[in-house]
Amino acid sequence: MAAAVEGWFVALAVGVSLLKCLFINAYRSTDFEVHRNWLAITHSLPVSRWYYENTSDWTLDYPPLFAWFELALSHVGRHFDPEMVKIQRAAYESQSTVLFQRLTVIFTDLVYVLATRECCRCVSHLKSSKDVLTRPPFVLAVLLLFNFGLFIVDHIHFQYNGFLMGFLLLSLAKHLQSKHLQGALLFALLLNLKHIFLYVAPAYGVFLLRSYCFSEDHPDGSLNWRSFSLLRLSALGSIVVSVTALSFGPFIAMGQLPQVLSRLFPFKRGLCHAYWAPNAWALYTAADKGLTALGLRLRLLDSSPRASMTGGLVQEFHHTVLPSVSPAVTLICTALALLPSVLCLVSRPRHSLSFLRAVVLCALASFMFGWHVHEKAVLIAILPLSLLAVQSREDAGIFLLLATTGHYSLFPLIFTAAEFPLKLLLMLLFSVFSFSALHKLHGPGLLSLPERCFLLLLPLLCVSCELLLPLSSLSSRLPFLPLLLTSVYCSLGVTYCFIRLYRTLLRTGPKDKQS
Amino acid sequence: MGHQQCCFALISGASGKWRPSPFTDPMVAALCVKDCFCNLHHSNSKNGMKSKTKERAGRGGDFFKTPSFLAKAINPEWVELHKSRGYESDAHKLFMRATVLVADLLIYLPAVVLYCMCLGDGSPRKKTSVLLCTLLYPGLILIDYGHFQYNGVSLGLALLAVLALGLGWDALGSMFFCLALSYKQMELYHALPFFCYLLGKCFKQESVWKGLFLLVRISVTVLLTLALCWLPFLSDPSQALQVLRRIFPVARGLFEDKVANTWCSLNVLIKIRSIVSSDSQLYLSLACTVLAVLPSSLRLLTKPTFWQFKLALVNSSLAFFLFSYQVHEKSILLASLPACLLLSDLPLIAIWLLQTSTFSMLPLFVKDGLLVPYAVTSLAFLYFSVYLLSPLRHCTEQELRIEGYRKMLFCLPKRDLGCVVKWKFCISVLAMVALSIASVTSSPPPHLPDLFPVLISTFSFMHFMGTYVYFNIVQFTEPPSKKSQKKTS
Repeated sequence: MAAAVEGWFVALAVGVSLLKCLFINAYRSTDFEVHRNWLAITHSLPVSRWYYENTSDWTLDYPPLFAWFELALSHVGRHFDPEMVKIQRAAYESQSTVLFQRLTVIFTDLVYVLATRECCRCVSHLKSSKDVLTRPPFVLAVLLLFNFGLFIVDHIHFQYNGFLMGFLLLSLAKHLQSKHLQGALLFALLLNLKHIFLYVAPAYGVFLLRSYCFSEDHPDGSLNWRSFSLLRLSALGSIVVSVTALSFGPFIAMGQLPQVLSRLFPFKRGLCHAYWAPNAWALYTAADKGLTALGLRLRLLDSSPRASMTGGLVQEFHHTVLPSVSPAVTLICTALALLPSVLCLVSRPRHSLSFLRAVVLCALASFMFGWHVHEKAVLIAILPLSLLAVQSREDAGIFLLLATTGHYSLFPLIFTAAEFPLKLLLMLLFSVFSFSALHKLHGPGLLSLPERCFLLLLPLLCVSCELLLPLSSLSSRLPFLPLLLTSVYCSLGVTYCFIRLYRTLLRTGPKDKQS
Repeated sequence: MGHQQCCFALISGASGKWRPSPFTDPMVAALCVKDCFCNLHHSNSKNGMKSKTKERAGRGGDFFKTPSFLAKAINPEWVELHKSRGYESDAHKLFMRATVLVADLLIYLPAVVLYCMCLGDGSPRKKTSVLLCTLLYPGLILIDYGHFQYNGVSLGLALLAVLALGLGWDALGSMFFCLALSYKQMELYHALPFFCYLLGKCFKQESVWKGLFLLVRISVTVLLTLALCWLPFLSDPSQALQVLRRIFPVARGLFEDKVANTWCSLNVLIKIRSIVSSDSQLYLSLACTVLAVLPSSLRLLTKPTFWQFKLALVNSSLAFFLFSYQVHEKSILLASLPACLLLSDLPLIAIWLLQTSTFSMLPLFVKDGLLVPYAVTSLAFLYFSVYLLSPLRHCTEQELRIEGYRKMLFCLPKRDLGCVVKWKFCISVLAMVALSIASVTSSPPPHLPDLFPVLISTFSFMHFMGTYVYFNIVQFTEPPSKKSQKKTS
């Protein structure tokens, strides 16, 4: 494989980085202040106070390794603006602070660029055409680097997802290249940076146990108990333990583990975020609302339903007609949903595509049934699916559906008028490219007629939710209606993709060769 | 190709959308065009005392009518005649910036795409690369979307005129050019080449009658178009005079602010504004401009080919920029448009001129708070044009058409002039970067408060002068046949 980085890759990386620089002064959400506050906390306070500090509402709720990362950043940020690293309750947003924080996101995206390059190397062996623009590595590079969801969440809304997804993709690429220890190290680091990646931990755990700890299989592919390698297991174990010790060590030593865990897993928050992520619970809640409205209309219900879910505050609340859902229930549903994919890993371990598919399915299953899921989590499913999309025709169709629906569900995150044409243009650019490039790679007819109709209705939904409904008379009576419609419509799409992915997994049976 | 258009729109939108730049060009009220032109005074909120009166010709007024009706429908406060002066709410800003984008999407973008696809040479890949580089040109994006103007419309119309002439549709081309001229009088910079090319073509027809017929057809088109645009103002001669007085403000002086032209640069050495009387200044600049533009126009008249026409466009606009009266730094955009047309033939010099023209407007961008978009778009333009068009690889003397220099500088030893040009380009770009950073980060010494604008304008002036000489030499040198110099791209 070529050691030198190809010219087109550098051009893409430079182009996307310059594009990101243009958004430095765009709208930023409260997440900007959240991270500035964390810079202040890690810089100004001793380690023992990090997870107890609550002067500001935005308390530290990422694992300790991310806190160390913020500490490193704060030492650089201090030179841009010393006021940035002082703890204060009110938001602080000087021009230097904005410049510094935006530049850190753009700079740490370097990890993501490196990961993309590794992923492109993994697909460079596929059949290629003469034209660089229609080869799988190029298409994958554009799908990953210019991913619409990642772009607007990181560079407009403000988060460090590019940095984190870079670790995930790099880890996946290393596993595909059979460098399992490196992949495990990267994943351990990732888990300690943001614990949301526990979503895909089952796939990793089972895959590493089955494919790495058992070094060979019987010729027919079944498990060979005698090939269990204690050395490999202990290597994996020591990696995980040492990374966790590096990150959590000081806090365990100070006896602060329960406090840290309570900050990391705030189950006091409700089943759904203020804007419902397009998952199964959104459909469940919408059904509950619908039945409530029906019940009220038919006088079957008492006319004062309990707490409304459509308010902006994030609290515990209950469903009215259908049974309420507790965290334990969501855990059981998630476990049941990802079990089949994980079991398939056990039976077909060494096929590279099956590991990727298991990761995507675990991410999507956790997204569908998890507790207090954020709509941004759909990116954890979309990005690895890009790797599958350039390799298989079936996955390309699912990718088109999931990516378009998932990206559209992120629209309510950016709600300012000035950014509206920009997010529309970016979405159009990405969607048009993904459709045309994947069709050129795999041939026409990736989507069936009902799927195409589903996607064609999205622009209509966009126009009604962004323009018509807010300007109509309904905006005062039902202000939550556009968000509800977006959420429910996208949940249908995501659920359908989930089912289709499972069908693909179960259909590509034992006839897969080992790779 | 759709991607390029979206990219262009995206970059334009991103650089301009939330700039906190002052209200430089307010909306025209929805009154009848005649009244508004004579009654409306606009205030420049940067400088509340001075009032800049409307200088755009008749067509411009018509152009503003449609968006102004729309504006009235959305919020009547936006268009109330005197109350709207200096009015700036977020929604209003968004609306006005959106009108620029829509105007560009309707006029400038199709013009560029059609030109590159129909008249570009090379493979489809090369044509798309040229298209992308043209759309990435930072100067136009920053002025239209950052500073806020509607240059895209006049440049788009002029480009459509060039395209029509290139395809041999002379009457259509003249019509488009008259529209461009009526929209913005700065297009007069391009008027001489159009005139000479069309006249020369008439003379070169096979028979006298054919030539006469062509001449008559073009003249009738021109007169009709101009009449249509100026009709509302022609009814009253005093009105027409008032229009002319507003369009050509000769009372203003030889130059304003720091511009990269001869007079401003000369002023650094000898205070020409105080030595020469204002009337003499007018005649001096007129004489110099005519002298500068004459060689190129006469050459075009005798040899009316499309290649000569493109070169004459650059030469004429550069000559006017360098020697004319009361030139704005934004006028360099008129030289940039023909330079974009030459991107496929003379990539290195065209890219150099385009980058220098953006750099020359840096003081304006700094004033408008457009530093980050300037840096980003310039870097993007340089990187992508060098990557896609590989100008540094096509640097032989033959490709740069500098054999003419060798004839002139016969005293020089046998040095590879192509290599010299390549090095000069690299050093020049580095100098621009250094000057940009210096002018923003360091403060000038107290006895030279205008140090950086003067340095920038003098630097740019030297480049423009050098480019003007170069393009004149190229125009007078016979180009080698196209087949011998066509390489696989």
